[in-house]
Amino acid sequence: MSHVVQLEDIHKTYESGEVPVLAVRGVTLTIAGGEFVAIMGASGSGKSTLMNLLGCLDRPTRGRYLLGGTDVSNLDRNELADLRNQKLGFIFQGFNLLSRTTALENVELPMLYGRRHFSTREVRERARQSLDIVGLSNRADHFPSQLSGGQQQRVAIARALINEPQILLADEPTGNLDSKTSVEIMGVFQKLNAQGITVVMVTHELDIAHYCKRNLIMRDGRLVSDTPVVDRLVATEQMQRIVTAETDAKLIA
Amino acid sequence: MRFINVIKVALRALRRSAMRSILTALGIIIGVAAVIAMVSIGNGAKSQVEASIASLGQNIISVFPGSATTGGMHGGWGSASSLTVDEALSIRREISGIVAVSPEMRDRQQVLANGLNWNSSVNGEDVTYLDIRLWTIAEGEMFTEADVNSAAKVCVIGQTVVAKLFPDGDPVGRSLRIRNLPFKVVGVLKAKGFNYFGSDQDDVVIIPYTSHLKRIARRPNLNSIIIQAESPDQMTRIQQDVTDFLQQRRNGRDPDFTVRNQQELAEAATATTKTMTVLLGAIAGVSLIVGGIGIMNIMLVSVTERTREIGIRLAVGAHGRDVLTQFLVEAIILSVMGGTLGILLGVGSSQLISRLNGWPVLISTSAIFGAVAFSAAIGVFFGFYPARKAAQLDPIEALRYE
Repeated sequence: MSHVVQLEDIHKTYESGEVPVLAVRGVTLTIAGGEFVAIMGASGSGKSTLMNLLGCLDRPTRGRYLLGGTDVSNLDRNELADLRNQKLGFIFQGFNLLSRTTALENVELPMLYGRRHFSTREVRERARQSLDIVGLSNRADHFPSQLSGGQQQRVAIARALINEPQILLADEPTGNLDSKTSVEIMGVFQKLNAQGITVVMVTHELDIAHYCKRNLIMRDGRLVSDTPVVDRLVATEQMQRIVTAETDAKLIA
Repeated sequence: MRFINVIKVALRALRRSAMRSILTALGIIIGVAAVIAMVSIGNGAKSQVEASIASLGQNIISVFPGSATTGGMHGGWGSASSLTVDEALSIRREISGIVAVSPEMRDRQQVLANGLNWNSSVNGEDVTYLDIRLWTIAEGEMFTEADVNSAAKVCVIGQTVVAKLFPDGDPVGRSLRIRNLPFKVVGVLKAKGFNYFGSDQDDVVIIPYTSHLKRIARRPNLNSIIIQAESPDQMTRIQQDVTDFLQQRRNGRDPDFTVRNQQELAEAATATTKTMTVLLGAIAGVSLIVGGIGIMNIMLVSVTERTREIGIRLAVGAHGRDVLTQFLVEAIILSVMGGTLGILLGVGSSQLISRLNGWPVLISTSAIFGAVAFSAAIGVFFGFYPARKAAQLDPIEALRYE
């Protein structure tokens, strides 16, 4: 499989304070197409900074970043914006949906900023398909405030999917969700991954990382561990167990 | 992003805080309305002044006697007895481009009729006088050339004289007495109202100038000569020709006359009202600028409030330019909406002012277009800084903003 992401000795230093902060100090990493990677680490380990670099929201201070074969380390603001729009799908911990805007319109957003212009009908059609993938087509006209956390995150995933990106990047996607909903969201990621979409996510929950195929651990701005997941959890099975447990609890009570 | 979507998003954002949008636009509404109302009232006043100047007659050049000096005392303009009927008639004959000349003799006399009396202005004029003054007869007719030649005791009278001496109306054919001489009323003038200087133009008895000189004033010299030029552009030339002509007849003596051009008066008067219009417009313009600052203020607040939204848009691939356009369009919509409502309010209030005060109000289309263009410009100008601030936000920072 071709390499979707190729990082070569990436450094990121923040100069804003009195003392320069070395957030990422020399990360070399390749991620192939179809992988499902979890980046873990304590807070301050540099995993979020690495995620921002991967997501082209930020530029490395030093090093080379090849995304789908093209060097993106030295692109300008607008070129990075186009990359985010076309090649990347971003999912945040806090969902980051536009309030007072329907689920469907939230999903449409990246298409409106694409360099290619689509007709309103085409945009609507694709947004519906995207919502369909995450199983939310029946909630298209709901506002974020009318949706549960899990549903909001699924809208965010649909939004990330709409421009058919090469890679989905998720920054603590289950951080604001309860455990059952977290499993539900991981199920969505596993389903997408099974269809061939590369997924990279940041998490600090070990059990969530177990749904992925490969675990990276960061400490002090460096990668300290890179292991494949052996006893991988399958979301649908876990969901079954939770549901059974719930029913049992009710039977006992 | 396609422009139609930009507008949709802007309208949605404005609707979301409708009250705030309305209050912000109110600054522009009041500004534009004030500009339109002020300019309209100013233009109305200007047209009124122009109309009253025009009612004095058009393209008129007046010749007045100079100053008489008796025993070292200067009498001031008009005191010399220097203008003659012969001179007036010669001017008519000799100088080209003249439509009409009226030798004029005026003074105030006690006029009697029906046992009533009234002190009125008795003007000796030529037959052409009414044409020069753009005046018409309401009843009866003007006295004739024959009346002038024979110094007939006939007169036409103004509406004020009718009211004072013939309160039961119908004066034509009856007579009134000036200096104990009976003058037959042959015509009544149409009402002309007060002139620009506030004197009642209808308080007048017009008789042939020959009759005035022979029977009332009993002197050979005229008060003035009124000359009407064919067109405004000939006025300066005719003024010079008349001056030269009269000077020549004085064989090198000091000029004892003065030739005046009505245009100068008209220009001075319209310049005054024009200054007032500009002044009022400028004051109103200041309120427009204050309104613009209001827009800038609200847009800055809006950018801060919507930092996260901007972050989301940037994260999914919006360019800085998209965000800039977004906020700029919002500001322009606010100001143009304000401008449109301001036009309605401005036109409405000028109509109201005109209705209430009886002032003429001329709604000027240029003021309307100007106000709209200006309010759009204000939207761009005052919207640009907040919009640029939004466009330059760092996506990561913006997303983290609480």
